[in-house]
Amino acid sequence: MPFYLFWLFTTVMLIGGVSVIAFRNPVSSALSVVTCFVGLAGLFIGLSAFFVGVIQILVYTGAVMVLFLFIIMLLDLKDEEHRTNKIAPIATGLVLIGIFLIQLFSVIADTPNAESPPLDQATLSAAADSYPQDSKIATELKEGHLPDVHLIGHTLFTQYNLHLQILGVLLLVATIGVVSLSKRQTE
Amino acid sequence: MASLNNYLLASGLLFAIGLAGVVIRRNIIIVFMCLELMLSAANLSLVAFSRFHPVNGLPDYSGQMLVFFVITVAAAEVAVGLAIIVALYRARQTIHTDELDTLKG
Amino acid sequence: MPWVLLFLPLIVVAVNQLILKKSGLAPCLSTASSIATFIIALLLLKTTGLHSFPWATIGDFHIDIGIQLDQLSTGMMIVVTGIGMLVHIFSLAYMKDDDAKARYFTGLSLFMFSMTGIVLASNFIMTFIFWELVGVSSYLLIGHWYQKDSAADAAKKAFLCNRVGDFGFMIGILLLWGITGTLTFDQMVVPETISSGVLSAAILCIFCGAVGKSAQLPLHVWLPDAMEGPTPVSALIHAATMVAAGVYMMFRVQLSLGTDIFQGLAASTVIAWVGGITSLAAALMATQQDDIKKILAYSTLSQLGYMIMAVGLVAGEAGMFHLFTHAWFKALLFLGSGAIIYACHHEQNIWKMGGLLRKMPTTGITFGIGTAALIAVPRVTSGFWSKEEILAAAWSSNKPLFGIAIFVAFLTTFYMTRAYVVTFLGKPRSKDAEHAKDVGPLMSFPLMALAVMAIFSGYGFMSQNLNVYRPSVEETGGHTIILAASVISLLLGLAAGFIVYQGKQKEPISIPLFKNRFYLDEIYSKYIVGYLQDALAAIIHFFDELFINRLVVDGLGRASVSLGDWFRRLQSGSLQRYAVAFVIGILLIIYITVF
Repeated sequence: MPFYLFWLFTTVMLIGGVSVIAFRNPVSSALSVVTCFVGLAGLFIGLSAFFVGVIQILVYTGAVMVLFLFIIMLLDLKDEEHRTNKIAPIATGLVLIGIFLIQLFSVIADTPNAESPPLDQATLSAAADSYPQDSKIATELKEGHLPDVHLIGHTLFTQYNLHLQILGVLLLVATIGVVSLSKRQTE
Repeated sequence: MASLNNYLLASGLLFAIGLAGVVIRRNIIIVFMCLELMLSAANLSLVAFSRFHPVNGLPDYSGQMLVFFVITVAAAEVAVGLAIIVALYRARQTIHTDELDTLKG
Repeated sequence: MPWVLLFLPLIVVAVNQLILKKSGLAPCLSTASSIATFIIALLLLKTTGLHSFPWATIGDFHIDIGIQLDQLSTGMMIVVTGIGMLVHIFSLAYMKDDDAKARYFTGLSLFMFSMTGIVLASNFIMTFIFWELVGVSSYLLIGHWYQKDSAADAAKKAFLCNRVGDFGFMIGILLLWGITGTLTFDQMVVPETISSGVLSAAILCIFCGAVGKSAQLPLHVWLPDAMEGPTPVSALIHAATMVAAGVYMMFRVQLSLGTDIFQGLAASTVIAWVGGITSLAAALMATQQDDIKKILAYSTLSQLGYMIMAVGLVAGEAGMFHLFTHAWFKALLFLGSGAIIYACHHEQNIWKMGGLLRKMPTTGITFGIGTAALIAVPRVTSGFWSKEEILAAAWSSNKPLFGIAIFVAFLTTFYMTRAYVVTFLGKPRSKDAEHAKDVGPLMSFPLMALAVMAIFSGYGFMSQNLNVYRPSVEETGGHTIILAASVISLLLGLAAGFIVYQGKQKEPISIPLFKNRFYLDEIYSKYIVGYLQDALAAIIHFFDELFINRLVVDGLGRASVSLGDWFRRLQSGSLQRYAVAFVIGILLIIYITVF
């Protein structure tokens, strides 16, 4: 990915993140989160993780944030604008974040840097050997494309099959939980 | 080309923003959004590591699997969390954390 | 059999307290048990033996519960159970109208149990336990009419005075244990190496117990006050048995350690002088008392002084013999006074009586016999024989004490004559006395039985059959002198008493010093209680208030409260604070794991 695109998406992402905190109106905040996630999805795609990038847009931006907006509007929060922020929590937060950032920079300074490994025709066709000869993945790889979705599906249904099913149960439980939580208590 | 450390730095900054939001903001929905930011920051690190530490020439898809799971769990969490917030608002008519202090010792 | 003797009264106490409290059977049960114990005591006469079982073992140190049967204990048991039985019978009538009869008789049974324990005990631990138990039962019985403040105070006073003595007693027991290495009476041997000073200290500490229990100077003050209790109690506990326990115990110690050791020991001299001075002081005080029971109480003090003196003179046999005879006639006198008080509707002042001999002949005659025994009418009464032995012992080893003893004998005759003349002769001086009637058979039977004993208990056949210690009569050089001195003091006392008090309507002589008991009570309450105790109490109060209360109790409380408060503030309920804490935790984890 070209370097300027990385900067573009990173800037979009960080500005979106900061405006989540900065905006008073929850709706603005939610929209900032959307902006932030769009930038993040760009970064994912730049990292050749096309599926994750699309999921990020679809699930987060499309579903989760819409849910947030829906709730914000449902609750009809108006008084947020009139609230003044207290100095003490902001100061504490900033101090803590400062310390965190110092730690972050020193960790990154110590980490050996790595350039992105190539994903060109040669590497991909070499990788094709470990897959069945006439499978979709192998053919795509030989043509020099990265069959991202196919590979994820392959990994998910071979290595992470059990995890996937557990996740299904989790979602079911969450669904039931939400239903029982939002059910009006009849006294 | 952006290096691994660039991505990690971007991820760390996003995490810091999320953290700051959790500490500073008092609207519980915003706090919740900031939690999502933090999760996403972690996702960015995972995807970056997956890309920069290839297995057999291809990105390490185990990392992306984890991201996939995190997104799913986050979706479930958001659903449950928002349901709790709605129930809370019904009971207390507020979603401001400094007014929700009945757990005081 | 001995165990039945010991524990029967205890069982009766339990049954009375737990089952019969409300029903009217308690007095009957107690009386029956006292009769039973008397019969057992008679059967056990002249038996010897040691029955014991281990009670507690601490390392090499064994505590036994044991019964020692020998001449001393079986003889003493006759006194305890015999007088106990008669007092029980007397009480049946005397306490007829009392509301708390059951409590009273339960107390009596408890006392019988404790006293039996002291007499039969085979070791010092057991003696001490029962020693305290007698104290308790004495407390309960003195305070029987606890609604009266004076009775409650007297009970407390008796208890506290005894505690003072018992403290010394306890130290003495421990010292003696240190010296001999055992607490069992018949195993005690004093090693040669022990210096006489240490031994004296130990014996004097033990004597402290006797001072408290037998009401010797300076702890005598409780006994006259103890007369607040019902009169039969005074007869049993505060005249015949419990107060004699000190003498008994001292003699027991003498027997266990061997009388030779006591010869010439400094402690013996101290004991003898304490006894002598007590008998003198008490006799002087007795001459000016108006309360008939108080007169008898001081007379008891004085006679106990005699006994203690005898023990101190290493003539314990004489002391025990006097204990034996004194118990009968003093119980008789007390029961007689009880009959009078009963007949005169609880009037105790002798100046409000008078002429009672005609109204109550049985009581008058038996009281007269008791008086005769107490003033030791020669050759006829029991008191004469035992007193003579003590006088002989004093004559042979300590002439000044002999002088005191003779003077006390004169005083005894004087004040008893005074009491008898004022109470029984002359004209009635109050309505109560005028309408007095002689007492019923339940009361007169014990009086007559005791009157018989008052005369015959001193005779040879009696003491032989009842197995009492009695010194073999030695014809010492001073025998005639002693006899002459006691007869002269007797005649002088009689004459003085009759001349001064015959036909008088009120006290002709007044000696405030004697009447007010040498002001000892006032001195005690002013100096010991007033200064010493109050100062000590102030210090302790200060310590308690500042250190215990403020620092320890409140301090701990306040510390935990403030600590809890501090922790409570952690639980602010504010999500933000928790988030901050959470972030701090994250930072710490990063710091610890990465750096």
